[in-house]
Amino acid sequence: MKVSFPHMGNMFIPINALLKGIHVDVVVPPPVTARTLELGVKYSPECACLPLKINVGNFIEAMEMGADTIVMAGGWGPCRFGYYAQVEREILRDLGYCFDMVVLEAPDSKLSELLKQVKGIGENATLKEAYQAIKFAWFKLGEVEMLEKRLEYLLPRVIDQNQIEQIYEAGVRGIDKAEDRSSVRMVRLDTIKHMDSLARHQRSILKIGLIGEIYTILEPSTNCHVARCLGRIGAEVSRSIYISDWVNDHLVGGLIKPSNHRQILRSSRPYLNYHVGGHGRETVGNAVEFARSGYDGIIQIGPLTCMPEIVAQSVLGRVSETEAIPCMTIYFDEHSAPAGVYTRLEAFIDMLQRKKSLANMASG
Amino acid sequence: MRIGIPYGLFYFYYYPLWKTFFSDLGAEVITSSPTCRLTVDAGSALAVDEACLPVKVYYGHVRELCSQDLDYLFAPRLVSVEPRSYICPKFMGIPDMLRAQVPGLPQLIDITVDLSRSDRYLQQDLIKVGRMLGYKKSAIQEAFQHALEENRRCIQIASQGWSMAEAIKIWDGNLLEPPEAGDLSIGLLGHGYSLYDEGLSMGLISKIRQLGCKVHLLESLDAERIEMEAATMPKRVFWTLGRKIMGGVINMNKREEIDGIIYLACFGCGPDSMIGEMAERYTTGKPFMLLTIDEHSGEAGMMTRLEAFCDMLRRRRRVDESQFPAYG
Repeated sequence: MKVSFPHMGNMFIPINALLKGIHVDVVVPPPVTARTLELGVKYSPECACLPLKINVGNFIEAMEMGADTIVMAGGWGPCRFGYYAQVEREILRDLGYCFDMVVLEAPDSKLSELLKQVKGIGENATLKEAYQAIKFAWFKLGEVEMLEKRLEYLLPRVIDQNQIEQIYEAGVRGIDKAEDRSSVRMVRLDTIKHMDSLARHQRSILKIGLIGEIYTILEPSTNCHVARCLGRIGAEVSRSIYISDWVNDHLVGGLIKPSNHRQILRSSRPYLNYHVGGHGRETVGNAVEFARSGYDGIIQIGPLTCMPEIVAQSVLGRVSETEAIPCMTIYFDEHSAPAGVYTRLEAFIDMLQRKKSLANMASG
Repeated sequence: MRIGIPYGLFYFYYYPLWKTFFSDLGAEVITSSPTCRLTVDAGSALAVDEACLPVKVYYGHVRELCSQDLDYLFAPRLVSVEPRSYICPKFMGIPDMLRAQVPGLPQLIDITVDLSRSDRYLQQDLIKVGRMLGYKKSAIQEAFQHALEENRRCIQIASQGWSMAEAIKIWDGNLLEPPEAGDLSIGLLGHGYSLYDEGLSMGLISKIRQLGCKVHLLESLDAERIEMEAATMPKRVFWTLGRKIMGGVINMNKREEIDGIIYLACFGCGPDSMIGEMAERYTTGKPFMLLTIDEHSGEAGMMTRLEAFCDMLRRRRRVDESQFPAYG
């Protein structure tokens, strides 16, 4: 049995560690490229949102590498993600692939079914090994996110931006390869030290909050690398969501670490007073939080036709007015071209810089 | 007391209910006029570009009602109308979206309809609304029971082969000519708020009838049967309308007398993008056509596709069918 799973940013690192820890053969799909997208677009429903198309591309590429089992997450709506696995299975079966699909979801009726499926993947592991694998995966995730956050902070500040990206990528690869806690920690410490040692310049930095749909935020290849692009033109980006937050808030109900999820939901009032599926309400709540903590601007990203984000976008205009913070929404699909996206980002940043310097002149 | 109900979204499923409820409580119910080009234009100007056509049309109707000197506008937050199922995220945000985007909005009655776990909250909301209109709890509950009954009566009318929009007209006391029987039978599926709104769907139902086809709609099928068919899917569909559509597709696919199936989808509709795909895959051995519309769709283009579809169905019937694959 060779198990594969869809990509979502650096999520592959903890999943890889977890599956290896329970003695499963893992096939990590190749990184998302133009070919992945092309395959996905070719076989997916035309109006489906982008993540589904990339999932399909990931699965096809993984099966070309010999995977025969796919692990996928599920859900019970109202966001269409909950029905992804079903449609994807139909598409791949129709293409003639032979595989098992394990859909991890809160069971509708039979809890035993979910347990059976989970047990089916890790049949050779003991309970203790499974526990340790989960702990190690969580540890790796935390370390990778430290690198991500350091890069987000340093990218607008260092002079040689190519070099810092290379150091970061080498660090991420190192963490993926490391097999025990101490070597993971070593890689992380070395990488951060190396990143910190680069020469910086003294320009004023804008702070941008990046909010929106989880997959588009976490998987840079679906958003034309918005975060990196912003960093390179002098903006420090804070994301509204990191994988560990999502695991903590949604998979284990805030058990692992203290969470500000409730606070974010509170902030979404009075703009959006009910959950709307996906991360629609979190998007609005985070926008308010960013505005109140002195950020210069907010960028909302999501896949085209994403229902929860459309609801959030509809009320963001009011948030922007009331909380006095510029907001911009960019949707992505298979037709998004990087040059067009960068032009919009540059224009937005120029506008914010001008606004800030005018305010500084007026006050000083 | 004047209460406005926009002619859009769940108007086509629950208008008799809401109308009866508010009338029984002494309110005057005002509806916006049927959808036309102006409604679409006004809605498109207000809503975000990415919203789907039915939501834009709804905005258009709200806009029209804004100038009608209303005391309240009824725009419920429809989360779920039955256990463990949803409608669509946009329905869950409608009152907030309207408040953020429509200038000059009358005060909203935005009760939350969430029956996914229990109907306790709905009852509380209803009583709150009834008290606002100056009624006692018992009178409010009685009005609601009456309203439910009236809604059932309207669905009963629709089960005789009328669309919900027509059924509502008949329920309201109008007489309608029954459609002429045609030589072809077409199963027509889609979300009711796009399918039954003649202005939004560019008269899809009447166009198909004009082409000499008998139209089979979800409401004319046996509701229990549909649920049984839908339960054969590997995973329960968690959208109420989507589940019914899938049950309808599986049922229509089995029925000999139905020559072909047409699915009306709206561009950007989340459930349609998945259910449309599944419907196509579950239609085996019968022609299937997916029509996608948005505010830019032209009537002539749709007409051409419908004519081609009907021509193809007739030719399949004339020539020995077995020679032709299901796609024509």
